[in-house]
Amino acid sequence: MIGQSPLRTFTAHAVLILGILIVAFPIYYTFVASTHTLQTILRPPLPLLPGGQLWNNYSEALFGGIGRIGGVSVGQLLLNTTIMALGVAVGKIFISILSAYAIVFFRFPLRMTFFWLIFITLMLPVEVRILPTYKVMVDLGMIDTYAGLIIPLIASATATLLFRQFFMTIPGELVEAARVDGAGPWRFFFDILLPLSRTNIAALFVILFIYGWTQYLWPLLVTNSNDMNTIVIALRKMVSFADADTEWHLVMVTAMLAIVPPILVVVLMQRWFVRGLVESEK
Amino acid sequence: MATVDLKNVKKVYPSGVEAVKGVSIAIPDKELCVLVGPSGCGKSTLLRMIAGLETISAGTVAIDGKVVNAIGPTERDIAMVFQNYALYPHMKVYDNMAYGLRNRGTPKDEIDSRVRSTAKVLELSALLDRRPRELSGGQRQRVAMGRAIVRNPKVFLFDEPLSNLDAKLRGQMRVEIKNLQRTLGVTSVYVTHDQLEAMTLADILVVMNAGLVEQTGAPLDIYEKPASIFVASFIGAPPMNLLTLTGSSSGPILADGTAIGFAPSETQAATLGFRPEDADVTFNAEALPGALVLPTTVEAVEPVGAESFLHCAAGGSRIVVRVAGRAAAKPGDQLRVVARAEKLHWFDQAGKRVN
Repeated sequence: MIGQSPLRTFTAHAVLILGILIVAFPIYYTFVASTHTLQTILRPPLPLLPGGQLWNNYSEALFGGIGRIGGVSVGQLLLNTTIMALGVAVGKIFISILSAYAIVFFRFPLRMTFFWLIFITLMLPVEVRILPTYKVMVDLGMIDTYAGLIIPLIASATATLLFRQFFMTIPGELVEAARVDGAGPWRFFFDILLPLSRTNIAALFVILFIYGWTQYLWPLLVTNSNDMNTIVIALRKMVSFADADTEWHLVMVTAMLAIVPPILVVVLMQRWFVRGLVESEK
Repeated sequence: MATVDLKNVKKVYPSGVEAVKGVSIAIPDKELCVLVGPSGCGKSTLLRMIAGLETISAGTVAIDGKVVNAIGPTERDIAMVFQNYALYPHMKVYDNMAYGLRNRGTPKDEIDSRVRSTAKVLELSALLDRRPRELSGGQRQRVAMGRAIVRNPKVFLFDEPLSNLDAKLRGQMRVEIKNLQRTLGVTSVYVTHDQLEAMTLADILVVMNAGLVEQTGAPLDIYEKPASIFVASFIGAPPMNLLTLTGSSSGPILADGTAIGFAPSETQAATLGFRPEDADVTFNAEALPGALVLPTTVEAVEPVGAESFLHCAAGGSRIVVRVAGRAAAKPGDQLRVVARAEKLHWFDQAGKRVN
């Protein structure tokens, strides 16, 4: 930003603020709606300022409405979603860092074949392989289990490629120094590679946690029982449930609750996230 | 503590490239052997084969009398200093130095005392809690040395350790490495392309070219009696002056037709060489029997302070002559370059020394 004139600064800020408003307004409006009574929501126009029902609505959604979504509390839904998002994020990182480690640092027959096999899976969208995957899950009896929710999603070509690219920037001398220092493959992995990948892991964790949190299609297919639902599925079910009177105020509360954990993850890991994307510690 | 013996060591890469074509070197205990040569001559590959980082295609490497071809770098009990230091970026200096010992299961208090005493020797004590990126190039170099020394290995291996330092620091570290190596008495192999480092550090100097050893010996012996044109032009700065000869019945003749008037032996010499400092310049025209006399024109004068280098055209090629102090000659001067016969180096058609 060289030679800024006040006008340009003003324009730039105006555009940015407008952008923020456009992005933030629906979320704000959801929050506003979550603090009004159902009657207020159903009688347009919806006020632009929060109402006085915040405490009532939130406590009802969290503790009161046991019978609402097929007898499942919001707490259970949040727990399910957290387990799934954590499982997917941790599983993806675990699998992909190990496969990248193998591909970059070891010479074995068909190494490049394996690499390309992983790479090719990038070209296949989830929807293409969803039927066979579903069949396998059914045959393995993994419907309505956390394992069924998590395992089919943890293979990740993208994360493997990211780690591969990062590992390839690690100088060969460092690997050799570790060998001379008596570090075997596991020692090298844990003592050197893992600490050096910290920022990458953090950045990936944020992205993958949100990816896992917002999954829709797969949880919809693989969970039949209501108490295995994720919060995204439950939200959908809440809306379609009652064609007469959907409890919009509670839907809005649940929507607000559903976005809190991903926001927390981003805010808490922001520093690491940015570092992981911008620099590689070497 | 250990000898290093290479017997006909070869390295052939899967691509078919022969990087090392049969090298035999015997390094006695406690001596520092320098491998020197132009880039791509196989010196680094050879070092990495001693370290166990490259497999050995043929021949044997023995450390302390034991053939180590089949064992890994850890079990060879060597320590290596890398060109880019290869410090672990996420570890403090202390942990960088302690890492190798920890992997060997050395007791904690022994690690501590060894790291601290090594740090003291290398003046790193104040830096033990820093990370490598907070250190200057010279300090990183010291840590890399410390990491090698603290292990107390049988053999030190140095892979162009000073090439990333500035000239002044390089000079200091050179002396320091030599002193350390002598004090610790650890057999060492040192790879460099810098002939000055090679000359000053080596107990045994090995000049390599194209995967082969050109000459092995004490640095000054090699300097005084280079075995080939390659060695003659590689060792010494500025390099030796080389003049191409054509023979005739009356003796060797320079490319511009000047007859030399004497020859080293019956063997036909194809190239004649003399070092810049072994020649004198004179404005006189008297006959000097038994010396090489070349009429020249000075093309450029490089005063360096204690000495000056005259670049001249003579005998159909360019030569450099060193004169002490300030040079009296200026560019364009006509003068004679005189080199005494016993200071001349003669090489045959194949580039091998004949006298």
